[in-house]
Amino acid sequence: MTTAQLTIEGDPREPRVILRGDWSLRAEVPFFKDIAPQLAQAERVTLVGNELGVWDSSVATFLAALLRHCGGREIEVDQRDLPDGLRRLLALAFAVPARADARGEPAPKGYLEGVGEASLRLWHDLPAMVEFVGEIVLSCQRLLRGKARYRRQDLWYLIEDAGVRALPVVSLISFLVGTILAYMGAVQLALFGAEIYIADLVGLGMVREVGALMTGIILAGRTGAAYAAQLGTMQVNEEIDAFRTLGVSPIDYLVLPRMLALVSMVPLLTLYSGVVGCFAGMLVATGVFHIGMYEYFNETVNALSMTHVLVGVMKGTVYGALVAFAGCLRGMQCGRSAQAVGEATTSAVVLGIVLITLAASLLTVIFQKIGI
Amino acid sequence: MSAQPHIEVRNLSMGYGTTVVQRDLNFTINRGDIFVIMGGSGCGKSTLLKQMIGLNRPLAGSILFNGVDYWAASDEAKANLRRGFGVLFQAGALWSSLTLAENVALPLREFTRLPKKVVAEIVALKLALVGLAGFENYYPSEISGGMKKRAGLARAMALDPEILFFDEPSAGLDPLSSQRLDELILELRNGLGATVVLVTHELPSIFAIANNSVFLDAETRTMIAAGDPKLLLKEGPDQVRHFLQRGQP
Repeated sequence: MTTAQLTIEGDPREPRVILRGDWSLRAEVPFFKDIAPQLAQAERVTLVGNELGVWDSSVATFLAALLRHCGGREIEVDQRDLPDGLRRLLALAFAVPARADARGEPAPKGYLEGVGEASLRLWHDLPAMVEFVGEIVLSCQRLLRGKARYRRQDLWYLIEDAGVRALPVVSLISFLVGTILAYMGAVQLALFGAEIYIADLVGLGMVREVGALMTGIILAGRTGAAYAAQLGTMQVNEEIDAFRTLGVSPIDYLVLPRMLALVSMVPLLTLYSGVVGCFAGMLVATGVFHIGMYEYFNETVNALSMTHVLVGVMKGTVYGALVAFAGCLRGMQCGRSAQAVGEATTSAVVLGIVLITLAASLLTVIFQKIGI
Repeated sequence: MSAQPHIEVRNLSMGYGTTVVQRDLNFTINRGDIFVIMGGSGCGKSTLLKQMIGLNRPLAGSILFNGVDYWAASDEAKANLRRGFGVLFQAGALWSSLTLAENVALPLREFTRLPKKVVAEIVALKLALVGLAGFENYYPSEISGGMKKRAGLARAMALDPEILFFDEPSAGLDPLSSQRLDELILELRNGLGATVVLVTHELPSIFAIANNSVFLDAETRTMIAAGDPKLLLKEGPDQVRHFLQRGQP
């Protein structure tokens, strides 16, 4: 393979541009802007390509740039001595005029602009959330009247997925959190010789607060993200539009079963998380701090009243509803590209965790005020 | 031009798992041919295309490019062969997070050492060739289906492939756009000298551009004819003529 060669010869007003050798994208080829100054005085350019060897679009690129240059300066170009295929390719490239309102490369956004856009998005997001809540409420109403259309099969699958399949990860996290609580607490309590109160600490902590919180966060990452991705992909494939045109409400068919599945499974998972946490605490207490198993069990039972259990379960249910809400909302709002699905999924998890945290603070204050 | 066929398919059987979709396919494609894979819906046209571009492995048989058996070749040789392919997927398959210019530039960035300014010029040329000059900084979501297809074509041509594969290029296009796309394919073939393999059941396209073809049958699960579609229309098996005449006698 010979290298690409370019010679410009003859009268500077009527130069002959001669192309020789093999022109390939995979090798070095002349770049038009580098030789443009040599055509400064040209009035008429003759292109000669009789001695071109193997060529590909690198030569077409070069010549297209030359033609654009000459076209802008009203320089005549003689293409007769170019290979036939090349001439046709160039004709094709100039067949459709460039779009008049061609878009330049977008300017990078300033900091202030970014802040402004983000604020506006947040502002527009709130009404959308309220509307979505409204749609879900209406859908629940239809459900109660037995008019909501969805597939029972889907609901069972979603329940299994949100419930049973979440057990391993809920077990692991709850066990570890229970262990941490017991250990941290025991070290401090031992200073007063009050190790037995580990049971109170772990029991109350896990059942009333942490169990629900951990379950909520696990579900945000596991199920909420999955919902956003599922609905988002359906949005990309126009599947959701297909439901709408059939007159089937996508809220009834897709969102409602997901909400129901999570809301029905979260109380159970929260309870389970509390039990696993207490069990972990017991292992630490008996194994490391030499407290009797029976003693520990008794202390836990004494510390926990039904109120605590119900408060925990209630919190968990609220978190579950929020996670399902965030996942479905972001999925339904998803744009129509792969990137949009990714953004919807991320946003579902973030929104889910933010809402859980807000709800946790709010509920804690409320329960404190009303003295539960 | 060598006498060796550009692509040769020998005793190819394909399918999924234990289901055989097509078996005993034998045909050759010469350099510069515009080759159509024809057949009714569900006969395995797209599957055949997927095997040819190296996405799915055939159950048996071989596919040779310039005499090299693709599925028997080393990974490196496979990658080399694939670099000579340009593929236009059914819906364009443009990367949605990249602009059109970035979509076309990606193969150039990955597989050549061209400086940025040259890449930009090549991208401009390729987009101009498909009639999308000035759309460099648009995202795929901002353009119409037909434009996406043309942008996909620009990307498929980025590296001046020896073989261009098209999966239903005219699907979803109006008759005029579809005709323009056919002309574009023909012009590009003449300009760049590539071999074109396309899956289509658009009769006007088949007669306008193809000079070689294979006809797959869904019932017997094998090919029942091969050759120039214009000849097949005159003297092919009944079933093929029936197809090519749109069911009219």
